[in-house]
Amino acid sequence: MKINVKINGIKKALDVSPDEYLVETLRNNGYMSLRKGCDTGSCGMCTIHLDGEAVLSCVLISAKADGHEITTIEGVQEEAKDVAKYLVDEGVDQCGFCGTGTIMSILYLEKCVDNPTDEDILHYLRGNLCRCTGYAGQLRAIKRYLEAKNDEGSK
Amino acid sequence: MMKVVNKSISKKDGMALLQGKPLYTDDLAPKDSLVVKVLRSPHSFARIKEINTSIAKKVPGVECIFTYKDIERRPFTRAGQCYPELSAYDKFLLDEYVRHVGDDVAIIAAVDEKTAIKAMKLIKVDYEKLDPVLDYRKAEGHKNIVHPEDDIFIHADVGFNKDKNIACEVNLRLGDVEKVISESEVVIKKTYENQAQAQAMAETQRSYSYLDMQGRLVVVSSTQIPFHTRRILANVFDLPESKIRVIKPRIGGGFGSKQTAHSEFYPALVTLKTGKSAKIVYTRREVFRGTTSRHAMRFDVTIGANKEGKIRAIDMKGISDTGAYGEHAQTTIGAAGKKVLPLYNKVEACRFNGKALYTNNVPGGALRGFGVTQGTFALESAVNELAKELKIDPVKIRELNMIKKGETTKLLNMTTKGWGDEPMHMDSCQLEYCVKKGKALISWEKKYPKMQVNKNKVRGVGMAIAQQGSGLPKIDMASAILKLNPDGFFNLLIGATDLGTGSDTILAQIAAETMGIDVNNIIVYSSDTDLTPYDSGAYASSTTYTTGNAVKIAAENMKDLIIRYGAQYFETDEGNIEFNGKEIIRIDNEERITFEEFSKKITYNILHTQLVASGSFVPKKTAPPYMAGFAEVEVDLDTGKADVIEFVGVVDCGTPINPKLATIQVEGGIVQGIGLALYEEVKYNDRGRLMTDTFMEYKIPTRVDLGKITVKLADGHDDTGPYGAKSIGEVVINTVAPAITDAIYNACGVRVRELPATPEKILLSKA
Amino acid sequence: MITIKEYVMPKNIDKAYEYLISKKNSMIFGGGAFIRMGSKNIALGIDLSKANLRYINEQDNEIEIGAMATFGDIERSEILKRFSGGILSIAIKDIVGIQLRNIVTLGGTVYSRYGFSDLITALLALDAKVKLYKGGVRTLEEFLENGSKSKDILEKVIISKTDGFSVFKSMRNSKGDYAILNLAISKVDGKYRIAIGARPQRAIISSQAMDFLNKNQINDKAIEKASNILASETVFGSNPRGSSKYRHEISKVLFKRAIEEVMANEN
Repeated sequence: MKINVKINGIKKALDVSPDEYLVETLRNNGYMSLRKGCDTGSCGMCTIHLDGEAVLSCVLISAKADGHEITTIEGVQEEAKDVAKYLVDEGVDQCGFCGTGTIMSILYLEKCVDNPTDEDILHYLRGNLCRCTGYAGQLRAIKRYLEAKNDEGSK
Repeated sequence: MMKVVNKSISKKDGMALLQGKPLYTDDLAPKDSLVVKVLRSPHSFARIKEINTSIAKKVPGVECIFTYKDIERRPFTRAGQCYPELSAYDKFLLDEYVRHVGDDVAIIAAVDEKTAIKAMKLIKVDYEKLDPVLDYRKAEGHKNIVHPEDDIFIHADVGFNKDKNIACEVNLRLGDVEKVISESEVVIKKTYENQAQAQAMAETQRSYSYLDMQGRLVVVSSTQIPFHTRRILANVFDLPESKIRVIKPRIGGGFGSKQTAHSEFYPALVTLKTGKSAKIVYTRREVFRGTTSRHAMRFDVTIGANKEGKIRAIDMKGISDTGAYGEHAQTTIGAAGKKVLPLYNKVEACRFNGKALYTNNVPGGALRGFGVTQGTFALESAVNELAKELKIDPVKIRELNMIKKGETTKLLNMTTKGWGDEPMHMDSCQLEYCVKKGKALISWEKKYPKMQVNKNKVRGVGMAIAQQGSGLPKIDMASAILKLNPDGFFNLLIGATDLGTGSDTILAQIAAETMGIDVNNIIVYSSDTDLTPYDSGAYASSTTYTTGNAVKIAAENMKDLIIRYGAQYFETDEGNIEFNGKEIIRIDNEERITFEEFSKKITYNILHTQLVASGSFVPKKTAPPYMAGFAEVEVDLDTGKADVIEFVGVVDCGTPINPKLATIQVEGGIVQGIGLALYEEVKYNDRGRLMTDTFMEYKIPTRVDLGKITVKLADGHDDTGPYGAKSIGEVVINTVAPAITDAIYNACGVRVRELPATPEKILLSKA
Repeated sequence: MITIKEYVMPKNIDKAYEYLISKKNSMIFGGGAFIRMGSKNIALGIDLSKANLRYINEQDNEIEIGAMATFGDIERSEILKRFSGGILSIAIKDIVGIQLRNIVTLGGTVYSRYGFSDLITALLALDAKVKLYKGGVRTLEEFLENGSKSKDILEKVIISKTDGFSVFKSMRNSKGDYAILNLAISKVDGKYRIAIGARPQRAIISSQAMDFLNKNQINDKAIEKASNILASETVFGSNPRGSSKYRHEISKVLFKRAIEEVMANEN
């Protein structure tokens, strides 16, 4: 079946099968940033934004995206780079496989919450699993990123 | 003063990875690759009476389907170890028998995943179900034999006795344990068990393959062991190793899961049979059912001590569930003794007996800590119980008995290959500092043993110590090549395998430091069996230490070459030349040339020489990293739930090459240990099917499960390590479970001897 | 792994129902997240995304939640945060992660009568009603027990707007896991209503414990007594998350903690 979507601002008509999931559709169309970690909606690695809301592309049937706007990290490279710098600086990039999903959740958090507390950060990111870092360094990095952005904004 | 080493430099690949660039295996596979799927056994033990693929083969888009009937029978081991391996050649690429739920039955290749799955469902298999062995405590001498076949074998004598379901047996003894224990004033005798923890790396096993222009098989794989994989594939497919190339791109974590070859066989077979490129991506369930996990182990520990708390003798007798196949069976159970008992070097006698037993469960394999985690949980729990029995502070009992700087034990001679009789002193051991610092950081004096928070919550503290190794002496070797380029930068070629830890960056730091050049002038290329020199792989805590030493040697050799060719350039002798990383200087007349200019000149204008240097290293001495771990745990007395409020880890890894990345290793290892201690339950049903086989059922810690993690690196230096470094990747997980279970005991009086310490176990044993 | 032959996205519920009865192996899709875990062969998938069922409306006497409202919508709804101690938002916020909650729908969960559900237990304590396209309005309690006799579509859940206060409690080991047991208590006009779920079977009302509470003066002794009544009247089962024995024990704890919170709110 055909679906009409906007991916990272560009209109696309995609051919999908009725039982295809969005993570596959997007990877098949060259959006390689999407990582598949679990197949059960449990790990957060395939997180994208659908009409601005963070969703898991591995449990979302592609047809559901028809008429909607999809954002992958390929579409927010500058914003992602700003966050990534802090994660890399803290050494919590590690294997990187969960990193793109984590960054998409951080960008969603920023959109939803002004001046997020530690609790907000954990709440918005708890669906993003990471086996390498133990999370503590990620929290340090995210806080530093948000602080820096706040400083920037208040200038 | 170090310029590049001991600096927190960022990982070279970090930005690209986090921005989602296509760098992992599945991102790189050719678009037209055949998609490979593996039909897996629903039974824990069965014989395939009949297998019919004729209907499945008719599905449009199916390229080929293979069953055991299509494959030459050839025993091998998937374990990534140096040849000859200590693991039995007990596996076949498809067999008439299936030995665990998830064992491979048939291989399907099709134009896409959907077609492959459709065909997979149409394969008709008639199984003769056999009585399985599901409980490793009853496996030895069981009437059902997991490996009845006669053509399996092992290269080394490790007590392999398949007719009794014994994969191997390890013995270690020093002095007369029974006598000393019978003379001891206090004897503790308890049994401890850990579950078969999953590695749970982010990226599942996956690989793709194709034939290169010379018709050679190229396998690109998410692996920790490219060189071993080349050898294993050559054996399975009866090819010379020269016909195979294995490449590891960026990979999404390993933790030991990729120290065993798994996914590579299937696309490789399809490519060899069809000439077409093929790929496989494991589902998460396939990882749980069809690969390996930590070996579940069960130890009876007996400690004899005097009333003052001096430990006189330790006896450990253990069994390990190696599951259907014996990958890493001997080395893990061996490590549970060899890298645990030396902690208590003042004993008069100690003994270790370990057996790995075949069952029809998912095979055991490598996971961070590799047997040492299991042995440490058992022994450190017993030492904590001894402290309780004697009413001595657990910290004090460690201070009294643990190995200290400069000390030794004969166990080190017995367990270090090729060392000889000379006493081996642990000159770099900072364990005393680790315990002292950890005690202060957790405020032990104030908090031990417990504090009441409110009417139903109590906080307890607990601790443990541990060691690991740094590479395997006289077994695992690494090598490195440095190549100078015309613009004054270097290629560093290494066989080592960065799993995301940052080892490529760390090794570049070592090369840069040694030659005195900017780290950005080192371009690392790693893990390609055609282009990089040999490395046994990323396991046994070896990369920083073993490969690091190889890199340092290569860099020293390169520096010598630069000086030699510098002397030729200035037409003087080598003693008259100085290289400071930026310039080559003729000392007597202070003539100088920039290094950039020099490297251009020797390429284009004069000398016309390519400078290449290499280095190889195999460890000789045992260089253990040490750690003291302290846990503060809050127990909900009504529900039994235990939460880690804080975990303090103080680690002696010698001189950290990159303190930032070393710290993340510790934080990550502690959290993986918290998962082992509290959350990661492994459950089978009564027919031998693993029930906890997705991330919905198998719970690794989330970021909301955790309290504070405090890490301190000791200021250490080991003379045998590159710039004083020892390993860090594995030691960090070992103390966590025994420290947490002792904290739980101190909080509520429940001693959990079988991991994980779930709320149910705590609450129901309290009643 | 599931297969779907055809997938349609009707513009209204009438059309959806037509599709539903047109084929034997037809199936309604809410968020579709849990269907993913199964292994069904579906001839016709009917997606309600475009059927205008994603809403949370406040009427004079009722709150209506459309079948396609996501857990994320419920969690963030100002209407629901204000209602009865915010129990629905609270019951939902521990479920896996926000990216899953932004997909999972009320209708998908309630119509499937999932045993592990936190939301259903909370809705049951609120004495919610379900509106089915064919079956009309039924109490959730009765619907959970009997389900739907024939293929139907859940259109919305209706909650009476009362001046009550409610509390939701769940027991999880890892916070990323599903509940080992959950329990909700609402108090409206001095009357308690208790629901218990993830037993692991689907949620039920604890009628004997409720009766006892409603007929007796509430003090420590009565709470203790009620907790024992609740534990003994409830049938618990075992699954990999916990044994029936453990569930029996912690049902008393969740109950006591919930009732204490209800009372603390009154003081």
